[in-house]
Amino acid sequence: MGLILTEDQLILRNMAKSFFDEKSPVERMRRLRDSQDTTGYSRELWREMGGLGWIGITFPESVGGADMGYSALGVVLRECGRVLAPEPFVSTVLLGGNALLIGGSDKLQEELLPKVSSGERTLCLAFQEQGRFAPYAVSTSAASDGGGFRVRGEKRFVLDGHVSDQIVTVARTAGSSGERAGLTVLVVDADTPGVTVERSELLDGRNAAYIKFDDVAVDAERVLGEVDCGAALLDAVFDRATIGLCAEMVGSFEEAFERTLEYLKMREQFGVKIGTFQALRHRAAHMFGEIEFARSVVLDAQSAIDDGRDDVAECASAAKARCSDVAHLIGGEAIQMHGGIGMTDEEEIGLFAKRLKAAELTLGDANYHRNRFAGLRGY
Amino acid sequence: MSSTSIEEFRQEVRSWLEKNLPQELRVGSRKGLPKDSLRKWTEALVSRGWITPEWPTEYGGGGLDRKHAAALKAELKAIRAPMITSFGTMMLGPTLLEFGTDEQKQEFLPQISRHEVVWCQGYSEPGAGSDLASLQTRAVRDGDDYVITGQKIWTTGADKADWIFCLVRTDLAAPKHEGISFILFPMHQPGVEVSPLTLIDGSADFSQVFFDGARAQAKHVVGPVNGGWTIAKRLLQHERTTDGGSEGGITGAMKETLADFVKREVGVENGVLADPQLRQRLAQQEIEAKALKLTMRRAREEARAGQTARDIGSLGKYRWANMVQGEQNLAMLALGTQGLGWSGPGFEDTHLERTRAWLTTRADSIWGGTNEVQLNVIAKRVLEIPE
Repeated sequence: MGLILTEDQLILRNMAKSFFDEKSPVERMRRLRDSQDTTGYSRELWREMGGLGWIGITFPESVGGADMGYSALGVVLRECGRVLAPEPFVSTVLLGGNALLIGGSDKLQEELLPKVSSGERTLCLAFQEQGRFAPYAVSTSAASDGGGFRVRGEKRFVLDGHVSDQIVTVARTAGSSGERAGLTVLVVDADTPGVTVERSELLDGRNAAYIKFDDVAVDAERVLGEVDCGAALLDAVFDRATIGLCAEMVGSFEEAFERTLEYLKMREQFGVKIGTFQALRHRAAHMFGEIEFARSVVLDAQSAIDDGRDDVAECASAAKARCSDVAHLIGGEAIQMHGGIGMTDEEEIGLFAKRLKAAELTLGDANYHRNRFAGLRGY
Repeated sequence: MSSTSIEEFRQEVRSWLEKNLPQELRVGSRKGLPKDSLRKWTEALVSRGWITPEWPTEYGGGGLDRKHAAALKAELKAIRAPMITSFGTMMLGPTLLEFGTDEQKQEFLPQISRHEVVWCQGYSEPGAGSDLASLQTRAVRDGDDYVITGQKIWTTGADKADWIFCLVRTDLAAPKHEGISFILFPMHQPGVEVSPLTLIDGSADFSQVFFDGARAQAKHVVGPVNGGWTIAKRLLQHERTTDGGSEGGITGAMKETLADFVKREVGVENGVLADPQLRQRLAQQEIEAKALKLTMRRAREEARAGQTARDIGSLGKYRWANMVQGEQNLAMLALGTQGLGWSGPGFEDTHLERTRAWLTTRADSIWGGTNEVQLNVIAKRVLEIPE
């Protein structure tokens, strides 16, 4: 598959663009934040997206999906990124959904995925325990107990965890924190006794939960993939989630850049438009190049998944390393070039800078992914 | 020819290459190859018109359409054939095809496609680098001739060239872009003096060229008199597109990838490069190379699909220069003081080669429009920020 949108994807892009422009301008995200909305996003809008087939756009038709692949999902996510729509694509589709799709039994998939695709149910992935992305640093334990497991431990930074119906949980059945071997992925119903979920708000207006598992009983049928071999499943999930997150990031930094460019063309100081200053022109030109390059790497990563290529992991890390660097650059420059007004909460550019910072550090920053890329390339 | 299917044509090219390209030439570069077999290989290409495959056969070209020419290029690349390209094939030829008179095409194109005449490019002057249009070399009409006085610099291969395509000022009173003409004349004549320049990397491929009463025939002005700037810019586009798409730059010509080089110099312990900082930088460099390649490919696909009119030639040149320089900067860090050798014992050839390459690539952000000029072009043409 190529690096350009197909006819179908161009149609999808236009649809998604009109949808978000009409129903989800950036001020909607601000309203959700300011009203301390208990969900943090619009369940109604999420179900509408389900009706349009966008939630399950990468899922097979057998579970209510559209089976259109990541190139199509990327089109939708980019438009989400343009308007900072906080709907739970990352938590429900990219993390929880992929864990079920790649590791779930037919029975589990049939039980959960159709309702996920329609927008009725949401998921999350509870994996992180430390203050940075380290997928195998897991101490939460799942002890064998008759036909099932007893889960004990604490998770942090569980995106959309406070409203998820099912918590896909990474626990250790063997070994010690940091080891790849000995991880097991389980589906825990959020209303199981012993599960406590506390919501915290993030700088970008989204939310992440602190989840405590206090001797929580989980049936053996709720295991995704193989017991002790959860790392392989997680790797595949994180690769796909990372690539999806990158598609959203592209939308956000493109929009932040376009708004900044408009500002350079409009704002006057010293009697001239500030865009006439070469110091700013050169930086704008450099930003344009950074964005174009990031976009190419992301498009290629999407088709790596869709074409079943064997370099998905490498593509995911290349994409996130690029996008994280570009997110940092554009977020910083967007505020700088807006000057004082860029520091105000009223001006929307700051909302982009915050979302870009959050996405930059989610699922591994640029350093993490360059190290991973190096490892995959044999150095 | 173009009526054969691409697959049949590829087959034909492959068997032709087996017959005509000796094993010793299949090394991907022209450097240091035995002159005799290189000459025979050139003659073989010429006999098919394949030095200039897309040019019409009446001018000695191969008469291939775009698809067949691309197939030929792919086969030549696959077998690592040494490319016989020159200023004539890459720049002057396409320019004459677009702007030349029938007479000029008849006179010059067949010589180029037969690889008989060596051309050089008379553009830059000591006072006209980035601001090329301020050039001062003058051409004054004298009967059927022009008389040329002035000086050019950075003229690649001037000491070996038979002819020059040259930008000269033909109207002193006109605004600077409107008094320039594009003219062709022989180098071997009184009034032309070539003085090679030694560069910081020790090479001497460039020259200064001095004109003191050199003569050009008036019929060898390409395009309208005083209309040379349009042609000059068009030719520079050929130069930029030739370059932005190439992979690996100077490193591409080296026998070893950057990663292998750094691994060997720095060492790998348990599958991890011994220096964590260099590991980060090498990954960054490899991702940049991947991104550049993908972006140029995307631009081609978009153009083909008619999806965008964005001109990313300047972006390609700018990022290509950064990438090539980044590679050599990294190589120098990997080498440490082993990268400081110039001659004498204690330094391997692969080390000396990298040191020279580091110096050579300083030029990549200067020639063909400096990085700063490319950024200006992007800001103005692509981002449309008013000046």
